[in-house]
Amino acid sequence: MDRAEQQGAAAADATATRRQLDIRDHVEPADYQTIGTPFVDDAKMTARNVNVFYGEKQAITNISLDIGRNEVIAMIGPSGCGKSTFLRTLNRMNDIIPICRVEGEFALDGEDIYGGDQDTVLLRARVGMVFQKPNPFPKSIYENVAYGPRIHGLAHNKAEMDEIVEDSLRRASLFNEVKDQLDKPGTGLSGGQQQRLCIARAIAVSPEVILMDEPCSALDPIATARIEELIDELRENYTIAIVTHSMQQAARVSQRTAYFHMGKLIEVGDTKQIFTMPRHELTENYITGRFG
Amino acid sequence: MSKQQSLKATEAIQASLKKRYARERRFQWYGRLAVLTGFVFLFILLFDIVSKGAPAFTQHYIKVNVDLSQEVLGLDPGASEQEIFSADYLGAIKTSLREMFPGATGRKEKQQLYRLLSIGAEYDLRDKVLADPGLIGHSSELWLRAHSEAGSYLKGQVTAGTAESERKVKDLQMTWLDQLRDQGRTESRFNTTFFTEGDSREPEMAGIRVALYGSFFTLLVTFAIAFPIGVAAAVYLEEFAPRNRITDLIEININNLAAVPSIVFGLLGLAVFINFFELPRSAPLVGGIVLSLMTLPTIIITSRAAIQSVSPSIREAALGVGASKLQTVIHHVLPVAMPGILTGSIIGMAQALGESAPLLMIGMVAFIMDAPAGVTDPATVLPVQIYLWADSPERGFTEKTSAAIMVLMGFLILMNALAVYLRRRFERK
Repeated sequence: MDRAEQQGAAAADATATRRQLDIRDHVEPADYQTIGTPFVDDAKMTARNVNVFYGEKQAITNISLDIGRNEVIAMIGPSGCGKSTFLRTLNRMNDIIPICRVEGEFALDGEDIYGGDQDTVLLRARVGMVFQKPNPFPKSIYENVAYGPRIHGLAHNKAEMDEIVEDSLRRASLFNEVKDQLDKPGTGLSGGQQQRLCIARAIAVSPEVILMDEPCSALDPIATARIEELIDELRENYTIAIVTHSMQQAARVSQRTAYFHMGKLIEVGDTKQIFTMPRHELTENYITGRFG
Repeated sequence: MSKQQSLKATEAIQASLKKRYARERRFQWYGRLAVLTGFVFLFILLFDIVSKGAPAFTQHYIKVNVDLSQEVLGLDPGASEQEIFSADYLGAIKTSLREMFPGATGRKEKQQLYRLLSIGAEYDLRDKVLADPGLIGHSSELWLRAHSEAGSYLKGQVTAGTAESERKVKDLQMTWLDQLRDQGRTESRFNTTFFTEGDSREPEMAGIRVALYGSFFTLLVTFAIAFPIGVAAAVYLEEFAPRNRITDLIEININNLAAVPSIVFGLLGLAVFINFFELPRSAPLVGGIVLSLMTLPTIIITSRAAIQSVSPSIREAALGVGASKLQTVIHHVLPVAMPGILTGSIIGMAQALGESAPLLMIGMVAFIMDAPAGVTDPATVLPVQIYLWADSPERGFTEKTSAAIMVLMGFLILMNALAVYLRRRFERK
């Protein structure tokens, strides 16, 4: 064997080892059992036996999970594991994707949210959402926050609207930075400010639950830290479900953590327990950085 | 890879570099050549039109000492306005011309003499007298419109170098005109007639007023129909319609419709709107409807593209705070898509403005002297007027044709500039 061949063989070996840790090789059976505590006593939202399909492809397999009142639940897992898809089923954002089909039972305060008489407009007012990329409307800062309350008729006059806008911006800890430029376009703010503006916009309609889909993935560490602080403050009044790629973030902001893997909910538990004593091998592999 | 192998590769790459760069340079030259060719043709076209059309914007006037005595006009003292209106002005002009050039004695010579002035000179004179009745009773020096052939000699378009039989301005007329010029009795003025008159058999009396009004009313109808329908169709297809076979079929049909020859729309308009619905013939109303059918696909296609290019994150944001689908579209998607929609619509309108074939089918190719007052009055449009004049053999109409093309191109440039301006303005917001 000359040198080149030896190198080739070594590389092949390395690939083989890596492949052992490839997520695709860990396929749980369809009738898998979620480990841990997916159900809580005081649930704000409940999801039972959820299956989601994109056309023929199944994105989520038989997930059941409760979201407790006034808790922050973090959803983690490798890319494409279905955590964002699951999050978006909670306020029916998947409805706008024509090929997407959702099965299962969902309830908000015990009310079926996929029932025939459930209005998606009302649902989305009660379950707000913050997206991965800050997406303020190309309008003024004031209009961004005032839009939701206006279309829902929450303010009866200008003074009430001003109050809602100011209060929402304060809660999103953005007011002091923008109070002199409320008429400037929201798109002119920095990335972190834009994301806080989006949070202010979401809380302006007084939702009960806020869904956050990787809210910090487009932000720098300082902006991220401010959002994380904010999430901690918001927990007092809102129930929050956050999807994140950062395990540190999940550990910092959440009380419960759910680990998703290839469309299945592998393990749920107290955040501390998940990060210190994961019970499932996949969870352990993921949080120790063996794959992702 | 071993060191030797990588050395070899470097050499090979270096060897090929020269060739690759040469190819790139060649390609750039092809591109420059193509652009240059395009510009040359454009320049030739513009030069031709402008050089032919520019003379049409001036018109010659001849100063004539007109005898406006009561006997010549055939008026009694204290004649009413009605009588002044129908007085014999042509006779007055003819008498005055004969007095100025007593040499013209034969019937043919007299006729040539009279043809120095436009037929419209009679009406010019009448209007002057009506405006100032004090002119009656004595002779005055008055500027009267020259005949277009006389004008073309004075403009230098016709010279004595051409054989007399091959030109309309005869030798005798030329001597008279030379005399008049030497006496300072000819003058070139800006041609207001071109903008204030309708079509005429006489080039010096023809103008684009009817065509301008007709084009304006036709485009008004086109825009009023095509814009709302086009945008609504685009919004529905893009935002609300389910994706299935029927919508696919509709989409294919819209795309094909954009490629249908425009004269087919004219035939449709003739059969449906005029013969079946019995709408007035030659009217901007029918022209506008036909052109809106032609413009619809353009507006739908560009509007759909504009709506499609709106970032989905804005839609998600609006839906996320609980906006309904319609609110999302009206409050957020349409404002962002508007510059694109407007650009597409204006380009569609510009197309409609330049269209003539379908309008020929519905009778907008008529000889019309009076400007339309509304969308149901008979009218013609700029491109059709150009077509009509291009068909006329008189030299005066040749320059009118080019001048009308210049006006049409001016409007097209204006519309395209408006599209660019609107797009810039909205984008900055």
